[in-house]
Amino acid sequence: MSKLNNLSLKEAVKGLEGKKFSSVELTKDCLEQIEKADKQINAFITLDKTALVQAKEADKKRASGDKNPLLGVPIAFKDLFLTKGLRTTAASKILDNYIPVYDATVVEKLKKAGIVILGKLNHDAWGHGASGENTNFGSTKNPWNTDYVPGGSSSGSAASVASNMCIAATGTDTGGSSRLPAAFCNVVGLKPTYGRVSRYGIIAMSSSLDSIGHLTKTVEDSAILLQVTAGKDSLDPTTSNIPVPDYSKTLGTSLKGLKIGIPKEYVERGNDQEIHDLFYEAQNQFSYLGAEVHEISLPHTNYANACYYVIQPAEISSNLARYDGIRYGSTRQNFGEEAKRRIMLGTFTLSAGYYDAYYKKAMQVRTLIKNDFEKAFNEVDAIITPVSPTPPWKIGEKIDDPLKMYLSDIFTVTANLAGIPGLSVPSGFTKNNLPTGIQILGPQFSEELLFQVGHAYEKVTKFYERKPDI
Amino acid sequence: MKINVKHIAKLANLPLSQVEEKKFEKQLASILEYVEQLNSVDTKGVEITSQVTNLENVTREDKTEISLKQEDALLNTKSIHKGFFKVGKVLSSE
Repeated sequence: MSKLNNLSLKEAVKGLEGKKFSSVELTKDCLEQIEKADKQINAFITLDKTALVQAKEADKKRASGDKNPLLGVPIAFKDLFLTKGLRTTAASKILDNYIPVYDATVVEKLKKAGIVILGKLNHDAWGHGASGENTNFGSTKNPWNTDYVPGGSSSGSAASVASNMCIAATGTDTGGSSRLPAAFCNVVGLKPTYGRVSRYGIIAMSSSLDSIGHLTKTVEDSAILLQVTAGKDSLDPTTSNIPVPDYSKTLGTSLKGLKIGIPKEYVERGNDQEIHDLFYEAQNQFSYLGAEVHEISLPHTNYANACYYVIQPAEISSNLARYDGIRYGSTRQNFGEEAKRRIMLGTFTLSAGYYDAYYKKAMQVRTLIKNDFEKAFNEVDAIITPVSPTPPWKIGEKIDDPLKMYLSDIFTVTANLAGIPGLSVPSGFTKNNLPTGIQILGPQFSEELLFQVGHAYEKVTKFYERKPDI
Repeated sequence: MKINVKHIAKLANLPLSQVEEKKFEKQLASILEYVEQLNSVDTKGVEITSQVTNLENVTREDKTEISLKQEDALLNTKSIHKGFFKVGKVLSSE
């Protein structure tokens, strides 16, 4: 039998329910793969030493009739998610001894659903970065080629799912942090609608933009996980009362007659040639699937990244002000360079005399970007774009030029500014065998539509079946 | 736009080395130059978006709820005095 850690979430649940294997067997295979592959990949910061105990417990519960939806499934958390009693570092020296005394709401929900926690995953510290290099715990490597970045900030999440160290992983997405690494590692990354998933207990980056997502092996798996994590939480007042639909219901529904928009501003700007070509092929696939594909315009696209790089650091400077080294964590000089840079930038744009010129201006431009999407969704049901203008780059290539690194986010920040959901799905490989991705964007609270579109696309392209040799 | 790095670092309560100050002065200037392209967007009369899903005034009843125990709240600090957080002096006698 092939190793159990290679299973998708859906397959793992099915196998556990049908008693084809136990959670202990499944968890052991994941731990073995971590032992074997993580020396090269460096996806984990902390392993949960109780994983096998949890698995044993899950098997016992199953034997006594427990039918929780994720009972015994090994999952890992990005290290921004507070896990009671299990070290949570934000990938920063500031919190390298921090042991949370409570669980994030998402952690609590997943625990209730029966998961086995494998450990905590590496990422760009505090969520600041597009490459996984801004961490105090050593860069995570791309499992497809360890000379390349896995994308960030949820670098360990994408790399661990791609290399089958876990069945799924959580991520956050403030400007692309779940979607970009998903594209760079050939896995599926979800950024839900703002307020669809509770942020309580997840270390805050930029509060008007932060969304809580996850990285999975398939679109179907993404739907299964969101079913557990979505919903109103009284501890996060930004969560919505809108009822949570059955996310698996639309899977397998035909795309016939669905209108899909291609924003010309995302294709006419001179992307990398291979990205351009692969995206063209993706458009053809959607036509083949029966969707009506046509060009649309999102006129303020070119200002989105500048807008994001005002709002995001401003809110970071405020959120990171709490790290004073008194109640928890160490003192402020221990912030890494990128956090310091963003604190400085945000403090400046919010300082007396500059607020109107920068922050307020950006919040106005944000309205225009949001309006662009609202207008577009009167014309089309969903929008597709490349996730990144380039394939993964080499480790070290952009680390000394922060502005160059920031430009990696240009296609993903728009969804955060508009509060809409985005689903990153594998879209094929470059000549160097590096993964790429497309993102599917829809109106606020249209996650089921994104799953329908993404599922149809992955079923014909089957890029998700390809695995790195590690 | 040139930033007074020393002043901003003070506002941010962020100790910077001289090397960092120099580096940031240059980098922040180039980032600000980049974001200043927003000035070419006409935003006259445009409302700001600070809450993107249009929620307003989400409140809860003003009732106390069970919260962290004192010993749990103090679990991650080295700075304790008789069951409280010990903080630096804010007021001086001068």
